[in-house]
Amino acid sequence: MDDKFKRIALENSDSIVQMWMEEVDISKDDNYTTTISDELFESTNREFVNVIFTSIKNQGSSKILEDFSEKLVNLGWPLSYITDGLHIFRRVTIDYILSQSEQVDSAFISNVLQSVDAWVEPIIRQLVNEYSGSWENIVSLQRLALQELSAPLIPVMDNITIMPLIGTIDTERAKLIMENVLEGVIKHNSEVVLMDITGVPVVDTMVAHHIIQAAEAVRLVGATCILVGIRPEIAQTIVNLGIDLGKFPTKSSLKKGFQKALEITNRKVETISSKEEIKNMLKSLNGE
Amino acid sequence: MSLQSRVNIQKEWDIVGARQVGRDIAKKTGFGTVDQARIATAISELARNIYLYASSGQIYFEVIDNINQKGICMIAVDKGPGIDDISQAMEDGFTTSGGLGAGLPGVKRLMDVFDIKSEKGKGTEIKAIKWLR
Repeated sequence: MDDKFKRIALENSDSIVQMWMEEVDISKDDNYTTTISDELFESTNREFVNVIFTSIKNQGSSKILEDFSEKLVNLGWPLSYITDGLHIFRRVTIDYILSQSEQVDSAFISNVLQSVDAWVEPIIRQLVNEYSGSWENIVSLQRLALQELSAPLIPVMDNITIMPLIGTIDTERAKLIMENVLEGVIKHNSEVVLMDITGVPVVDTMVAHHIIQAAEAVRLVGATCILVGIRPEIAQTIVNLGIDLGKFPTKSSLKKGFQKALEITNRKVETISSKEEIKNMLKSLNGE
Repeated sequence: MSLQSRVNIQKEWDIVGARQVGRDIAKKTGFGTVDQARIATAISELARNIYLYASSGQIYFEVIDNINQKGICMIAVDKGPGIDDISQAMEDGFTTSGGLGAGLPGVKRLMDVFDIKSEKGKGTEIKAIKWLR
């Protein structure tokens, strides 16, 4: 029985494809973004229906399903495209087989339903798995990428290190910041650590708490932590929240913080007089 | 009142989502950068309280647009354990989680209207409004 239906479907694949295309075209307007060009939509549909037929023909060919779902993820198409497409395919195929058969009773209908379901279900399952798998992969890669730019420590000068913080600080990052800053202080033998929060969008009590803890830990290992990059609006919210950041020095900008750091390490920036002046000085010395 | 939106808080990153939604609404309503930062910080505190103590809950945002006043209203609702002693929770420096204990009193100072209702074992509802001046 099943083989017979399969034969009907495969032999008349052209007309089924035709019907399927029409149905999918109707659903395009209300389901998907109009930014997808008609040609791309058309060609992807052709590929999709080919994928369906090939996997019905030789059951368990996972490679093309894998490729197809990966392509959809790369194009950024919604998962509903896959599920809708396959549901339409199921409906169209059942309609077609029923219209091609002479005697139709309830047992026959249930047979048709059963066998078409048996073709389509594994494809849905596999495509959805592949699709979500691809997404999970992307998400985990981005997580890793995010972690990599989490809390870098930059030694700019002997004994002076800068830690620029950019983006939201969550518990995981806060832990990383603490570990990195302490490790860095020991490794670079820093006397002063400048923690720059210019790129932190919101400083709430949790973030402040973690910063205070990190600064306190830095103090314990014998270095000074200067908090820099406090924007005016952040300063106001910190005051409103009633957070006490008085235990360590703070500065509005990295530049001012750096000057302070130089002061602490008994150094200062001096402008060297230009070459011209030096020449003149030498000349006047020679003239004497 | 108009334009209501809701953010579910379940994961730590939902706090960031809630903050973003609130900041966008505040920007559209016409708040300046300082007030935007205040609103975002207040949302952050409320959302973190939900995440820390109730593990899940919602934050609702509303734009208030009356004849004489305009502002943003947010309501944080959870079905968590509730607060034992509200006046104690509103004290500076009181904490049960090892934090700074500045969250709730801080939100009260950041916003213009602050209203808290809590029933032990039933949950907590906090309403906060910032007026546009």
